[in-house]
Amino acid sequence: MTFLWAFLIGGLICMLGQLLILKTNWTSARILVSFVVLGAILQVCTVFEPLKKFAGAGVTTPITGFGAGLVKGTFENIDKYGFLGIFTGGLTAMAAGIGVAIVSGLIIGLIFKSRSK
Amino acid sequence: MSTLIFKNRPRIIGWYSVAGKKESEGPLGTTFSRVVKDEYFGEKTHEGAERKLFETAIQGAIQVAKVQPDIVFAGDLLNQIVSSSFAMRDIGLPYAGVYGACSTMALSLLVAATFVDAGVVQTTVAAAGSHFATAERQYRTPLEFGNQRPPCSQWTVTGAGATVLSADSKKSRLAITAGTIGRVVDYGVKDVNNMGAAMAPAAADTLARHFKNTNTKPADYDAIFSGDLGQIGEEALRDLLKDKGYELGENYHDCGKLIYSVDQKVDMGGSGCGCSAVTLNGYIMDKFQSGEYHKVIFMATGALLSPTTCFQGESIPGIANAVVIEEVTE
Amino acid sequence: MDKQEYAEYVKKITPKSKIGWSLVRAFVVGGLICILGEGLGALYKLWLPAYDETQVGSLVSCTLIFLAAVLTGIGVYDKIGYFAGGGSIVPITGFSNSITSAAMEFRKEGIIFGTCANMFKIAGPVIVIGVAVAMLCGLGYYLVGLFI
Repeated sequence: MTFLWAFLIGGLICMLGQLLILKTNWTSARILVSFVVLGAILQVCTVFEPLKKFAGAGVTTPITGFGAGLVKGTFENIDKYGFLGIFTGGLTAMAAGIGVAIVSGLIIGLIFKSRSK
Repeated sequence: MSTLIFKNRPRIIGWYSVAGKKESEGPLGTTFSRVVKDEYFGEKTHEGAERKLFETAIQGAIQVAKVQPDIVFAGDLLNQIVSSSFAMRDIGLPYAGVYGACSTMALSLLVAATFVDAGVVQTTVAAAGSHFATAERQYRTPLEFGNQRPPCSQWTVTGAGATVLSADSKKSRLAITAGTIGRVVDYGVKDVNNMGAAMAPAAADTLARHFKNTNTKPADYDAIFSGDLGQIGEEALRDLLKDKGYELGENYHDCGKLIYSVDQKVDMGGSGCGCSAVTLNGYIMDKFQSGEYHKVIFMATGALLSPTTCFQGESIPGIANAVVIEEVTE
Repeated sequence: MDKQEYAEYVKKITPKSKIGWSLVRAFVVGGLICILGEGLGALYKLWLPAYDETQVGSLVSCTLIFLAAVLTGIGVYDKIGYFAGGGSIVPITGFSNSITSAAMEFRKEGIIFGTCANMFKIAGPVIVIGVAVAMLCGLGYYLVGLFI
């Protein structure tokens, strides 16, 4: 059942992104940034966790999951370490994703040449 | 008066066009002197490929004309017009770089014709070109980035064209008889994807001034070509000119619309310096040869923006330069 | 025509994107990428029972990021993107594509000043804004925690 909801909710979020692209003429970077902020807001409003239980990867795969993860990690680290957690939490939680993105980008960038469509 | 009348009628004695794979698959595919299917043209970078396109076009035109030119005027879209300059490093002829964004082919022709007409040199070359991948990287996103192109966007032509002009009237009956240098016109268009709309007012201004100064009307020409206005720009140019009292008829074409077919997914059409350059030095010259054309306006249009000005929120100024190419009798 | 009239005129003659189908395509492709994420999550849970939910989630993200990087390298992701638009930009795979495509594009300027310096040309703002927002929220959370 989670699969169905992951598809529906994930699809809806992406569709919202496409609607923004078509209606606002925003660049892709701006779209990505707004969805990260959206994810962070959902996390702060404690809406994200129930959504995640319900739709699983449907909300964590879109870049909203990145924003939510940053906030979640920050809050957790604040609970654990106090003041320092404000600065360490976000990137700690997202370290794996950013790390893999950097390394795979680097390796692929070294191996492959870009081509015209 | 901003319209130049060339009394000595510099002759066109050679031309050459080289285009890429996508262009060769379009409606004008058979009109190019040479087609290069490899987007890298055997070089390591796309910039290297663009350079080699220039070299090929200029050398090709010189070979066709069988002369040693005195000066080459050329330009392209890349920062500091490196493609034409670097190509000229290997060719070794005296060179003056010109920049008119996508209007460069007409601008370089005008300058080359002026030098010959003035009698200061015998032979000049005018050239311009562009490459899809280098323009895409400079003005837009990395090639492999997965986004959609907005429906008003245009596709930068991969190709270069060169024309050789001579003062010797016995060598050819094709001549450049007049030309109008453009004014920088800005109607406040800010959408970098909608270049056609940004350039159309400049095109209308140049054409209207040209008609007025030469006391001609659109029907006096066998054909009128604009460089790379695309579908939106073409429509806007027709309407803007109507406001100024000139009606463009069936004889008006846009190189950007001619060069690709609708099913090539190029949205509004082709663009870039190469668009007008390869169309002029292929399709249009072919039509002169076959006797279909006797008098043509070739007006290339350019958007004078840079990525920096876009990010700083400036609108896009346009320019259009027009050249009259004519078959002369004496 | 003055500038204002021209702006309206341009708006009128500029073709609009066909919204209907492009939304459906974004929906389907985006949804499928999420299903892939869900499926990977289920697999990892089965293989690595010692991992908690957050760790499995991280692994899934890493896998998707790596897959997207490879697809970008072999020139497939830009085709998916042309078809799906937001459907492949919004998922974490789009983030990966933006990094890898920039890394490939600028490789010719060398590894340091090309690839490394330009990798985050598009994705940089995402991390900067994301981290800044998270810290801001964290600061609020911390202050609220002090007084309650």
